[in-house]
Amino acid sequence: MYLLNRQQRHVVNYSWMLFSLLIIAFLPFMLFGGLYFKSFLLLKSYTLKDLIFSHSWHPSRGEFGFYPFILGSVWVTLLAILISTPICLLTAINVTQYAKKRFLRIMHPVIDILAGIPSVVYGVWGILVIVPFISRYLGPWFGVQTMGYSILAGALVLSVMIIPFILNIMIEIFRTIPTELKEATLSLGATKWQMVKHVLLRKALPGIIASVGFGLARAFGETMAVLMVVGNVIKVPHSVFDPGYTLPALIANNYGEVLSIPQYDSALMFAALLLLVVSLFFNLLMHFFIARYNKY
Amino acid sequence: MKRTLKAEETFFRIFMNITTGFILIILGIIIYSVFEKGMKALSWEMLTSVPSGGYYYGKGGGILNAIVGSLVLAFGATILAFLIGLPVALYMNVFLVRRKRLVNLIRFILDLIWGVPSIVYGAFGFTLMVFIGLQTSLLAGIITVTLFILPIMIRSMDEILRTVPMGLSEATYSLGSNKSELAFKIFTRQSVSGIITAVLLSFGRAIGDAASVLFTAGYTDNLPNSLMEPVATLPLSIFFQLASPVPEVQARAYASALVLTVIILIVSLFSRGLGKRYHKTKINF
Repeated sequence: MYLLNRQQRHVVNYSWMLFSLLIIAFLPFMLFGGLYFKSFLLLKSYTLKDLIFSHSWHPSRGEFGFYPFILGSVWVTLLAILISTPICLLTAINVTQYAKKRFLRIMHPVIDILAGIPSVVYGVWGILVIVPFISRYLGPWFGVQTMGYSILAGALVLSVMIIPFILNIMIEIFRTIPTELKEATLSLGATKWQMVKHVLLRKALPGIIASVGFGLARAFGETMAVLMVVGNVIKVPHSVFDPGYTLPALIANNYGEVLSIPQYDSALMFAALLLLVVSLFFNLLMHFFIARYNKY
Repeated sequence: MKRTLKAEETFFRIFMNITTGFILIILGIIIYSVFEKGMKALSWEMLTSVPSGGYYYGKGGGILNAIVGSLVLAFGATILAFLIGLPVALYMNVFLVRRKRLVNLIRFILDLIWGVPSIVYGAFGFTLMVFIGLQTSLLAGIITVTLFILPIMIRSMDEILRTVPMGLSEATYSLGSNKSELAFKIFTRQSVSGIITAVLLSFGRAIGDAASVLFTAGYTDNLPNSLMEPVATLPLSIFFQLASPVPEVQARAYASALVLTVIILIVSLFSRGLGKRYHKTKINF
């Protein structure tokens, strides 16, 4: 019936498993090593400080200042986090503490679908809804003339994109808070809101920080949706209505034209390396916050 | 005192309901705006033909190249990731079940690389491609997307496999089976529904991601016919059509976005339905 006997099949299966595991175990090192190797050309001729804090980006003249891109990314990311954190926090409290069980069953598919929508579709939605909204209503309301393609548009689209991500973690965190603790608080005469404010939130604080951190890392690397609405102007932004440029957008937009200048190619790889390091750093940091919830 | 407490609670409860409603409304707006704009431009011709000459200036043709290309690419990547991912998830939960620290380290690494942005995979895939002398092609796209969805697939499978009870393993050992038989015959069967969900989740990610295929899969107006040739993908076709100044082409971008959204919704529906159906093969303790 089988080509091989039991023992042989075991050996084949076992080596297949081990081989796959090795691929996974080496993947992060391969990612880092490969990108570092490619950006070495740039790192050799410029100091890290120059690359990160210089303003001028003229690849043909050999000037590679990543400052406008880094700043653009930071603005968009922080703004998005500022918008979505309170929304997620309040919704997570509502869904886990106040709402009926049935409601959570509606909320789960909603979160799944929001998380599953591709970033290009978010970008299309941004162009259809957010950009006109900013140029027609929000801009004039603040007395600013804007096309709509701006840091703010990127941040708004991004904030919606990371809502399912943050919300999911927060709901999981609130669920790990023991019911006994909540019941003990209520039995002492506390109102439900006092319980939420003084016990639940305090107990869940590291988890909340971690969820925001994970969201931050996710937002920092988001490419297509932001690229489509942020305006892509290489300039240090001064207000949220200014167009900007983010690091991932820099990589995505320029890949076609770089092959002629080796340093340019190297510069884009350096941008990817920066993204990798930031994402690994944040994820690492946040795992220490979340470790106490017995996630593993 | 009591009154302010009550007021505070009422205030926050109202606020909570607003934010919850806001999330539901946002989802509604997204779906509605994509459908409303997309339906106008969607036609049978768009779904069943490849771009003809001058398509990007508003002439006839469709996006069949991108639809087929995306499906082929996502299928290829999902199958490849399944072939690597399932053994890893099984190995972690069958062979390393007593070595908690090691398993946790692997989970930690997987979570770390799950968080890596897809554009980084794209850049890395491009480096890899140049390194092994590959052109922009379907194969390069499949390899890159595989790396991108691997952590997602393994971690989702792992979450299911770790719930398989110890008693089942012990019963299987007592009947004289070895570890790989336990893994591939018992663990997989017990977790079919979860594995299907993990595979469909990864498929959804694979088909929707643009940043990782931007430099690796390339773009073409033809249907994919070889692993070594560039392939068109839906997200990129949306992106390129939107960049056009011609209104008709932009309208088609909205229609393409609708097609992609519908595919994603179908995949998500399937994963819910199939997950429920295969629950029956599971032994309950």
